[in-house]
Amino acid sequence: MPETSTATRDVVDTVLGFARTLRAAGVTASPDRVEAMLAAVGHLDVLDASDVYWAGRLTLCSSPDDLDRYDAAFAAWFGGERPRAPHPAAPELRVVSTMAPLDAGEGEGEEFSGSEELAVQASAAEVLRHRDVGELSPAEREHLRRLFTVLRPAAPMRPSRRRRPSSAGPVHPARTVRRALRDGGEVTRLLHRRSAPRHRRVVLLVDVSGSMSPYADALLRFAHVAVRARPSSTEVFTIGTRLTRVTRELRLRDPDRALVATGSAIPDWSGGTRLGEVLKAFLDRWGQRGTARGAVVVVCSDGWERGGTELLGEQMARLRRLAHAVVWVNPHKGREGYEPLAGGMRAALPSVDVFVAGHSMAAFEELSGVIQRA
Amino acid sequence: MLARVTHLTSPDELAAALEGTGYLPDEGLATAAYLALAMHRPLFLEGEAGVGKTALAHALAEVTGRPIYRLQCYEGLEASQALYDWDFGRQLLHLRAAEAAHAADNPDALEASLYDRRFLLARPLLQALEDSPSVLLIDEIDRADDEFEAFLLEVLSDFTISIPELGTVRAVTPPLVILTSNRTREVHDALKRRCLYHWLQHPDFDREVAILRRRLPEVTEQLAREVARATARLRTLDLLKPPGIAEAMDWATALHTLGARELDPDTAARTLGAVLKYREDTERVQQQVRGVLFGA
Repeated sequence: MPETSTATRDVVDTVLGFARTLRAAGVTASPDRVEAMLAAVGHLDVLDASDVYWAGRLTLCSSPDDLDRYDAAFAAWFGGERPRAPHPAAPELRVVSTMAPLDAGEGEGEEFSGSEELAVQASAAEVLRHRDVGELSPAEREHLRRLFTVLRPAAPMRPSRRRRPSSAGPVHPARTVRRALRDGGEVTRLLHRRSAPRHRRVVLLVDVSGSMSPYADALLRFAHVAVRARPSSTEVFTIGTRLTRVTRELRLRDPDRALVATGSAIPDWSGGTRLGEVLKAFLDRWGQRGTARGAVVVVCSDGWERGGTELLGEQMARLRRLAHAVVWVNPHKGREGYEPLAGGMRAALPSVDVFVAGHSMAAFEELSGVIQRA
Repeated sequence: MLARVTHLTSPDELAAALEGTGYLPDEGLATAAYLALAMHRPLFLEGEAGVGKTALAHALAEVTGRPIYRLQCYEGLEASQALYDWDFGRQLLHLRAAEAAHAADNPDALEASLYDRRFLLARPLLQALEDSPSVLLIDEIDRADDEFEAFLLEVLSDFTISIPELGTVRAVTPPLVILTSNRTREVHDALKRRCLYHWLQHPDFDREVAILRRRLPEVTEQLAREVARATARLRTLDLLKPPGIAEAMDWATALHTLGARELDPDTAARTLGAVLKYREDTERVQQQVRGVLFGA
């Protein structure tokens, strides 16, 4: 009997250690899931590697993004590697979850481009770098607070199939008869129902490439406000040389923490631009499945595209067919005498419903109104 | 019926039983289904459209000999369509009939008779709990809205439904619950946490041939192999909608109907509509049918 309990403890220890490894790799293996894995292993053959693999994969993972990391963690732990402590290294690894990998490209590591002029050139070469976010300054905090009051009302609505009791509208037979039953079977009053409008999804695609760096911060703050106002119907992605979903990070209530988390989630901060490819990744991975369907999609970019613009034009047309409305925010549009000369911008414009500026508080206010009315 | 389930003591046995019904699972899927049965935990299946998520539920119902109840989700789905509803029309008639028979002298008895089980319309969730053990298929949960998800969470956590007028319905044996999602929307973590999660992939070449042969015995071996190979190639093309196993079966059927015994470029081009569902995809493949599908 003691032997069995030792064996049981071994299994528990092994599984717990594995769960730690997995968490270090960025899969949220919560305690109740680990418990489920133990139960699953109990129904299978503990000594069979493949059984243990499936017991863990079925209980600890919750999205296709988790699977690659699970495989790696499984190989590492059961291959005899020690788990890495879940310390600051974790956010870097978590990035994998939210990104749709494009082709490998010629990625360079940490590198800093020099002068300001260079920053406005679109570059196809991939520079991976995280945004250096400090604490928000009092002025920025004030800006954020003001943004919040400005943006609050921006909640486009759409009709839905869900019906609510109402004082007018079509007759609600079930409610009417239920009431009649109370009155001894006499229909004394007709009760009504009406479809209840719901929030339309808003998807923000924020360009974080080098040429957009003066504006990206403000745009992300705008995004944070939008997400906080309607967490369940707002999605935010950053685009550059990669696509990164930052909705989860932006849901944090505290703006400091939200922006720090977002900053560390974005691997291509101030890098180059591959608008067409990234937009395609967005549509393949998220948009066509449902995220863009019937939504107000807001692209915040200056439209600098290095390579050919054919792909961008094609993908914008595809986006237009899926979305309810496509809004393009270009910070440069606010300038005196601006003409959409950037190749990407010209290719995208035919598929854009509303083209607005995004360089100032007033412009954000306008954007907010555009989203509201879209 | 239940005896058949208890005989299954390993994923391999379940896989063999499923194969007997014409559904060919891979190791992961068989393990997932086995654990769902053994642990009484709902199975959450995600994957591209047409990889056999719904078909698994039907195959499992056949293997276990349980009745299957299917709830198709859509936006605005409400408890009265998923759980139960009172048949108000009949209640009203009953009331009138009772009045005519002067039964209204005893109002309490009359009221009790109004909320009798026979006036209750059971919807899939209630049916699945009442007719235990059963298989409950909750199809395309991603199409339902948040409100319904929250409500489902409640039912799936303890497999009971309380009807204020009648009492609580509890499943003797929890039903085998299969939830499917095409991932058009991210389903809430709270719901996923209660489930076993399995991501279904397109079958590999050999399995796909086996499935085609099994499901369409009239199709020649050569045609099945060529359709499977061509479908696999189409999946690598970065199409808007890569074909699933369901499309491969449609295609093979279409080719067979045209009398084809093997896949040739001309017939392939004419029947592309069975396997590709977007104009852009069809145009792209049509232009280079020979190169793309036949590797010339």
